[in-house]
Amino acid sequence: MIYWEIFLAFFIPGILGYGGGPASIPLVENEVVSRYGWMDVQQFSEVLALGNSLPGPIATKMAGYVGYEVGGPLGAFVGVFATVAPSLLLIIILLSILYKYKDSPKVKRMTLYVRPVIGVLLGIMAWRFFSESYANIGFFQTALLTVVSYLLMEKFKLHPAFVIGGALIYGGFLL
Amino acid sequence: MKLQWNIFIAFFRVGILGYGGGPSSIPLVHKEVVDKYKWMSDEEFGDLLALGNTLPGPIATKLAGYIGYRVSGVLGMLNAVLATTLPTIFLMILLLSSLSSIKGYDWVQGMTAAVIPVVGVMLAVLTWQFIQKAGKGMGWLSTIIMLIAVFILLEILHLHPGILIGALLILAIIKKDGKKEEAPLSERDGDSS
Repeated sequence: MIYWEIFLAFFIPGILGYGGGPASIPLVENEVVSRYGWMDVQQFSEVLALGNSLPGPIATKMAGYVGYEVGGPLGAFVGVFATVAPSLLLIIILLSILYKYKDSPKVKRMTLYVRPVIGVLLGIMAWRFFSESYANIGFFQTALLTVVSYLLMEKFKLHPAFVIGGALIYGGFLL
Repeated sequence: MKLQWNIFIAFFRVGILGYGGGPSSIPLVHKEVVDKYKWMSDEEFGDLLALGNTLPGPIATKLAGYIGYRVSGVLGMLNAVLATTLPTIFLMILLLSSLSSIKGYDWVQGMTAAVIPVVGVMLAVLTWQFIQKAGKGMGWLSTIIMLIAVFILLEILHLHPGILIGALLILAIIKKDGKKEEAPLSERDGDSS
Protein backbone atom coordinates (compact mmCIF):
# COMPACT_ATOMS: atom_id res chain seq x y z
CA MET A 1 0.00 0.00 0.00
CA ILE A 2 1.81 3.04 -1.33
CA TYR A 3 -0.01 5.64 0.76
CA TRP A 4 0.87 3.81 3.94
CA GLU A 5 4.53 3.83 2.87
CA ILE A 6 4.36 7.54 2.13
CA PHE A 7 2.78 8.12 5.51
CA LEU A 8 5.53 6.21 7.30
CA ALA A 9 8.31 7.77 5.24
CA PHE A 10 7.31 11.26 6.40
CA PHE A 11 5.88 10.43 9.80
CA ILE A 12 9.24 9.18 11.05
CA PRO A 13 11.28 12.28 10.02
CA GLY A 14 8.47 14.46 11.38
CA ILE A 15 8.56 12.85 14.78
CA LEU A 16 12.37 12.52 14.98
CA GLY A 17 13.34 15.86 13.44
CA TYR A 18 14.19 17.97 16.46
CA GLY A 19 15.23 21.47 15.53
CA GLY A 20 12.71 22.39 12.87
CA GLY A 21 12.39 21.51 9.22
CA PRO A 22 16.04 21.64 8.13
CA ALA A 23 16.92 19.06 10.81
CA SER A 24 14.62 16.57 9.13
CA ILE A 25 16.27 16.74 5.69
CA PRO A 26 18.79 13.92 6.28
CA LEU A 27 16.01 11.84 7.83
CA VAL A 28 13.80 12.36 4.78
CA GLU A 29 16.69 11.46 2.52
CA ASN A 30 17.22 8.26 4.46
CA GLU A 31 13.60 7.20 3.94
CA VAL A 32 13.15 8.38 0.36
CA VAL A 33 16.50 7.32 -1.07
CA SER A 34 17.80 4.50 1.11
CA ARG A 35 14.72 2.75 2.43
CA TYR A 36 12.10 3.06 -0.31
CA GLY A 37 14.32 3.93 -3.28
CA TRP A 38 11.80 6.40 -4.72
CA MET A 39 14.62 8.68 -5.84
CA ASP A 40 18.37 8.45 -6.29
CA VAL A 41 20.75 10.78 -4.50
CA GLN A 42 21.09 13.01 -7.57
CA GLN A 43 17.34 13.51 -7.95
CA PHE A 44 16.96 14.11 -4.24
CA SER A 45 19.66 16.77 -4.22
CA GLU A 46 18.00 18.54 -7.15
CA VAL A 47 14.71 18.59 -5.29
CA LEU A 48 16.53 19.90 -2.25
CA ALA A 49 18.30 22.59 -4.27
CA LEU A 50 15.06 23.88 -5.75
CA GLY A 51 13.29 23.57 -2.42
CA ASN A 52 15.93 25.71 -0.77
CA SER A 53 15.55 28.48 -3.30
CA LEU A 54 11.78 28.63 -2.98
CA PRO A 55 10.07 30.26 0.00
CA GLY A 56 8.17 28.46 2.75
CA PRO A 57 8.96 25.60 5.12
CA ILE A 58 11.37 23.06 3.64
CA ALA A 59 9.98 19.90 5.29
CA THR A 60 6.51 20.26 3.80
CA LYS A 61 7.86 21.18 0.38
CA MET A 62 9.88 17.96 0.35
CA ALA A 63 6.95 15.89 1.63
CA GLY A 64 4.52 17.47 -0.80
CA TYR A 65 6.74 17.02 -3.82
CA VAL A 66 7.98 13.50 -3.08
CA GLY A 67 4.45 12.43 -2.13
CA TYR A 68 3.16 13.81 -5.43
CA GLU A 69 5.86 12.06 -7.46
CA VAL A 70 5.16 8.72 -5.81
CA GLY A 71 1.40 8.82 -5.34
CA GLY A 72 -0.15 11.81 -7.12
CA PRO A 73 -2.19 14.51 -5.37
CA LEU A 74 -3.36 12.12 -2.66
CA GLY A 75 0.25 11.09 -2.09
CA ALA A 76 1.18 14.76 -1.68
CA PHE A 77 -1.59 15.19 0.86
CA VAL A 78 -0.53 12.09 2.82
CA GLY A 79 3.11 13.21 2.86
CA VAL A 80 2.28 16.68 4.16
CA PHE A 81 -0.23 15.34 6.67
CA ALA A 82 2.31 12.86 8.07
CA THR A 83 4.89 15.65 8.38
CA VAL A 84 2.64 18.21 10.00
CA ALA A 85 -0.08 16.50 12.02
CA PRO A 86 1.75 14.60 14.80
CA SER A 87 3.80 17.50 16.14
CA LEU A 88 0.98 19.97 15.60
CA LEU A 89 -1.40 17.84 17.66
CA LEU A 90 1.19 17.56 20.40
CA ILE A 91 1.79 21.30 20.63
CA ILE A 92 -1.94 22.09 20.69
CA ILE A 93 -2.52 19.65 23.53
CA LEU A 94 0.48 20.80 25.56
CA LEU A 95 -0.24 24.51 25.18
CA SER A 96 -3.92 24.01 25.99
CA ILE A 97 -2.90 22.37 29.26
CA LEU A 98 -0.41 25.15 29.89
CA TYR A 99 -2.99 27.90 29.40
CA LYS A 100 -5.47 26.23 31.66
CA TYR A 101 -2.96 26.99 34.42
CA LYS A 102 -1.62 30.21 33.00
CA ASP A 103 -2.13 32.16 36.23
CA SER A 104 -0.20 29.68 38.30
CA PRO A 105 3.24 30.92 39.37
CA LYS A 106 4.80 27.78 37.94
CA VAL A 107 3.64 28.55 34.44
CA LYS A 108 4.67 32.20 34.79
CA ARG A 109 8.08 30.98 35.85
CA MET A 110 8.29 28.74 32.80
CA THR A 111 7.80 31.75 30.55
CA LEU A 112 10.42 33.67 32.49
CA TYR A 113 13.04 30.90 32.49
CA VAL A 114 12.69 30.07 28.85
CA ARG A 115 12.87 33.62 27.50
CA PRO A 116 16.69 33.99 27.53
CA VAL A 117 17.02 30.64 25.75
CA ILE A 118 14.71 31.81 22.99
CA GLY A 119 16.73 35.04 22.82
CA VAL A 120 19.96 33.11 22.33
CA LEU A 121 18.40 30.70 19.81
CA LEU A 122 17.07 33.58 17.72
CA GLY A 123 20.40 35.36 17.99
CA ILE A 124 22.27 32.28 16.77
CA MET A 125 19.79 31.93 13.93
CA ALA A 126 20.28 35.57 12.96
CA TRP A 127 24.05 35.03 12.99
CA ARG A 128 23.72 31.97 10.71
CA PHE A 129 21.67 33.95 8.22
CA PHE A 130 24.26 36.74 8.15
CA SER A 131 27.19 34.37 7.78
CA GLU A 132 25.42 32.40 5.06
CA SER A 133 24.81 35.66 3.25
CA TYR A 134 28.46 36.66 3.69
CA ALA A 135 29.53 33.34 2.18
CA ASN A 136 27.07 33.76 -0.71
CA ILE A 137 27.27 37.36 -1.79
CA GLY A 138 30.21 38.82 0.16
CA PHE A 139 30.61 41.52 2.75
CA PHE A 140 29.60 44.57 0.75
CA GLN A 141 26.25 43.26 -0.54
CA THR A 142 25.39 41.74 2.83
CA ALA A 143 26.14 44.99 4.66
CA LEU A 144 24.19 47.02 2.13
CA LEU A 145 21.10 44.80 2.29
CA THR A 146 21.32 44.61 6.07
CA VAL A 147 21.52 48.35 6.62
CA VAL A 148 18.90 49.27 4.04
CA SER A 149 16.40 46.65 5.20
CA TYR A 150 16.96 47.59 8.85
CA LEU A 151 16.25 51.23 8.11
CA LEU A 152 13.16 50.45 6.03
CA MET A 153 11.63 48.05 8.54
CA GLU A 154 12.59 49.64 11.84
CA LYS A 155 12.88 53.36 11.10
CA PHE A 156 10.26 53.75 8.37
CA LYS A 157 8.07 50.91 9.67
CA LEU A 158 7.60 49.38 6.24
CA HIS A 159 5.92 45.95 6.26
CA PRO A 160 8.53 43.19 5.70
CA ALA A 161 6.53 41.98 2.69
CA PHE A 162 7.61 45.06 0.75
CA VAL A 163 11.20 44.84 1.94
CA ILE A 164 11.44 41.18 0.96
CA GLY A 165 9.74 41.96 -2.35
CA GLY A 166 12.29 44.68 -2.98
CA ALA A 167 15.15 42.36 -2.06
CA LEU A 168 13.80 39.71 -4.46
CA ILE A 169 13.79 42.19 -7.32
CA TYR A 170 17.23 43.51 -6.40
CA GLY A 171 18.61 39.98 -6.16
CA GLY A 172 16.94 38.77 -9.34
CA PHE A 173 18.55 41.49 -11.40
CA LEU A 174 21.79 42.30 -9.65
CA LEU A 175 23.09 39.23 -7.86
CA MET B 1 -15.48 34.66 7.30
CA LYS B 2 -13.44 37.83 7.62
CA LEU B 3 -11.42 36.10 10.33
CA GLN B 4 -10.70 33.06 8.15
CA TRP B 5 -9.63 35.39 5.36
CA ASN B 6 -7.27 37.21 7.73
CA ILE B 7 -5.78 33.91 8.93
CA PHE B 8 -5.32 32.78 5.38
CA ILE B 9 -3.69 35.98 4.18
CA ALA B 10 -1.44 36.25 7.26
CA PHE B 11 -0.02 32.75 6.79
CA PHE B 12 0.01 32.96 3.03
CA ARG B 13 2.35 35.92 3.37
CA VAL B 14 4.46 33.97 5.86
CA GLY B 15 4.71 30.99 3.54
CA ILE B 16 5.49 32.96 0.42
CA LEU B 17 8.00 35.35 2.05
CA GLY B 18 9.87 32.87 4.24
CA TYR B 19 13.07 32.26 2.32
CA GLY B 20 15.57 29.96 4.01
CA GLY B 21 13.35 27.24 5.43
CA GLY B 22 11.12 27.10 8.49
CA PRO B 23 13.20 29.21 10.91
CA SER B 24 13.11 32.22 8.58
CA SER B 25 9.35 32.30 8.97
CA ILE B 26 9.55 32.90 12.74
CA PRO B 27 9.97 36.70 12.57
CA LEU B 28 7.33 36.86 9.82
CA VAL B 29 4.83 34.95 11.94
CA HIS B 30 5.64 37.25 14.85
CA LYS B 31 5.06 40.30 12.66
CA GLU B 32 1.64 39.10 11.49
CA VAL B 33 0.35 37.54 14.67
CA VAL B 34 1.65 39.86 17.37
CA ASP B 35 2.15 43.20 15.59
CA LYS B 36 -0.48 43.24 12.88
CA TYR B 37 -3.47 41.17 13.96
CA LYS B 38 -2.73 41.08 17.71
CA TRP B 39 -3.94 37.51 18.11
CA MET B 40 -1.25 36.88 20.70
CA SER B 41 0.93 38.75 23.15
CA ASP B 42 4.73 38.66 23.04
CA GLU B 43 4.72 36.38 26.09
CA GLU B 44 2.40 33.86 24.49
CA PHE B 45 4.45 33.91 21.32
CA GLY B 46 7.58 33.26 23.37
CA ASP B 47 5.95 30.29 25.11
CA LEU B 48 4.81 28.92 21.78
CA LEU B 49 8.27 29.30 20.32
CA ALA B 50 9.86 27.62 23.34
CA LEU B 51 7.57 24.65 23.22
CA GLY B 52 7.75 24.52 19.46
CA ASN B 53 11.52 24.23 19.73
CA THR B 54 11.24 21.46 22.29
CA LEU B 55 8.92 19.33 20.20
CA PRO B 56 9.94 17.55 17.00
CA GLY B 57 8.75 18.40 13.49
CA PRO B 58 8.80 21.51 11.30
CA ILE B 59 8.52 24.76 13.25
CA ALA B 60 6.58 26.80 10.67
CA THR B 61 3.56 24.50 10.56
CA LYS B 62 3.56 24.05 14.34
CA LEU B 63 3.35 27.83 14.74
CA ALA B 64 0.75 28.25 11.99
CA GLY B 65 -1.40 25.34 13.12
CA TYR B 66 -1.40 26.28 16.77
CA ILE B 67 -2.12 29.96 16.14
CA GLY B 68 -4.89 29.09 13.67
CA TYR B 69 -6.37 26.78 16.28
CA ARG B 70 -6.16 29.40 19.03
CA VAL B 71 -7.79 32.05 16.86
CA SER B 72 -10.63 30.00 15.40
CA GLY B 73 -10.57 26.29 16.19
CA VAL B 74 -9.98 23.38 13.86
CA LEU B 75 -11.01 25.30 10.76
CA GLY B 76 -8.54 28.05 11.60
CA MET B 77 -5.86 25.43 12.11
CA LEU B 78 -6.43 23.79 8.72
CA ASN B 79 -6.64 27.17 7.07
CA ALA B 80 -3.34 28.37 8.56
CA VAL B 81 -1.44 25.16 7.75
CA LEU B 82 -2.72 25.10 4.17
CA ALA B 83 -1.93 28.79 3.66
CA THR B 84 1.64 28.21 4.89
CA THR B 85 2.40 25.07 2.93
CA LEU B 86 0.22 24.84 -0.15
CA PRO B 87 1.45 27.75 -2.29
CA THR B 88 5.09 26.68 -2.22
CA ILE B 89 4.36 22.97 -2.63
CA PHE B 90 2.34 23.84 -5.67
CA LEU B 91 5.17 26.01 -6.98
CA MET B 92 7.65 23.22 -6.35
CA ILE B 93 5.63 20.58 -8.21
CA LEU B 94 5.02 22.99 -11.06
CA LEU B 95 8.67 23.96 -11.42
CA LEU B 96 10.07 20.46 -11.09
CA SER B 97 7.68 18.95 -13.58
CA SER B 98 7.98 21.76 -16.13
CA LEU B 99 11.74 22.26 -16.07
CA SER B 100 13.68 19.37 -17.50
CA SER B 101 16.88 20.86 -16.19
CA ILE B 102 16.74 23.02 -13.10
CA LYS B 103 20.27 24.31 -13.52
CA GLY B 104 19.16 27.45 -15.36
CA TYR B 105 17.67 29.37 -12.52
CA ASP B 106 20.52 31.67 -11.52
CA TRP B 107 18.14 34.55 -11.06
CA VAL B 108 16.14 32.52 -8.55
CA GLN B 109 19.34 31.90 -6.61
CA GLY B 110 20.08 35.63 -6.74
CA MET B 111 16.63 36.46 -5.41
CA THR B 112 17.00 34.06 -2.52
CA ALA B 113 20.49 35.30 -1.74
CA ALA B 114 19.23 38.86 -1.39
CA VAL B 115 16.47 37.89 1.03
CA ILE B 116 18.78 36.05 3.45
CA PRO B 117 20.26 39.20 5.08
CA VAL B 118 16.79 40.75 5.33
CA VAL B 119 15.65 37.72 7.32
CA GLY B 120 18.84 38.09 9.36
CA VAL B 121 17.83 41.64 10.28
CA MET B 122 14.33 40.52 11.29
CA LEU B 123 15.73 37.74 13.45
CA ALA B 124 18.23 40.13 15.05
CA VAL B 125 15.44 42.60 15.89
CA LEU B 126 13.34 39.83 17.37
CA THR B 127 16.36 38.61 19.37
CA TRP B 128 16.79 42.05 20.86
CA GLN B 129 13.10 42.24 21.80
CA PHE B 130 13.31 38.92 23.62
CA ILE B 131 16.47 39.92 25.47
CA GLN B 132 14.89 43.22 26.53
CA LYS B 133 11.84 41.34 27.83
CA ALA B 134 14.03 38.92 29.72
CA GLY B 135 15.96 41.85 31.20
CA LYS B 136 12.76 43.48 32.43
CA GLY B 137 11.42 40.18 33.78
CA MET B 138 14.37 38.93 35.78
CA GLY B 139 16.80 41.85 35.99
CA TRP B 140 19.69 42.64 33.71
CA LEU B 141 22.44 40.97 35.71
CA SER B 142 20.79 37.55 35.85
CA THR B 143 19.69 37.92 32.22
CA ILE B 144 23.25 38.56 31.04
CA ILE B 145 24.62 35.68 33.11
CA MET B 146 21.91 33.41 31.78
CA LEU B 147 22.45 34.51 28.18
CA ILE B 148 26.16 33.72 28.46
CA ALA B 149 25.47 30.37 30.13
CA VAL B 150 22.88 29.43 27.51
CA PHE B 151 25.21 30.45 24.70
CA ILE B 152 28.04 28.30 26.10
CA LEU B 153 25.74 25.32 26.56
CA LEU B 154 24.24 25.54 23.09
CA GLU B 155 27.12 26.67 20.91
CA ILE B 156 30.26 25.45 22.65
CA LEU B 157 29.04 22.31 24.39
CA HIS B 158 26.47 21.64 21.62
CA LEU B 159 23.66 20.79 23.98
CA HIS B 160 20.40 20.34 22.11
CA PRO B 161 18.07 23.33 22.70
CA GLY B 162 15.14 20.96 23.23
CA ILE B 163 16.91 19.38 26.19
CA LEU B 164 17.82 22.75 27.70
CA ILE B 165 14.29 24.12 27.33
CA GLY B 166 12.83 20.88 28.67
CA ALA B 167 15.12 21.03 31.71
CA LEU B 168 14.17 24.66 32.43
CA LEU B 169 10.47 23.87 32.13
CA ILE B 170 10.85 21.02 34.61
CA LEU B 171 12.84 23.27 36.96
CA ALA B 172 10.05 25.86 36.79
CA ILE B 173 7.50 23.22 37.75
CA ILE B 174 9.32 21.56 40.61
CA LYS B 175 10.54 24.78 42.20
CA LYS B 176 8.47 25.66 45.24
CA ASP B 177 5.87 28.40 44.86
CA GLY B 178 5.68 31.52 46.99
CA LYS B 179 8.43 33.39 48.78
CA LYS B 180 8.79 31.99 52.29
CA GLU B 181 5.49 30.33 53.01
CA GLU B 182 6.90 27.05 54.17
CA ALA B 183 10.62 26.62 54.21
CA PRO B 184 11.22 23.35 52.42
CA LEU B 185 12.74 20.79 54.70
CA SER B 186 14.41 18.96 51.89
CA GLU B 187 17.29 20.31 49.84
CA ARG B 188 17.07 23.92 48.68
CA ASP B 189 18.40 24.96 45.35
CA GLY B 190 20.92 27.77 45.42
CA ASP B 191 19.46 30.16 42.86
CA SER B 192 17.59 33.20 44.07
CA SER B 193 14.79 34.39 41.90
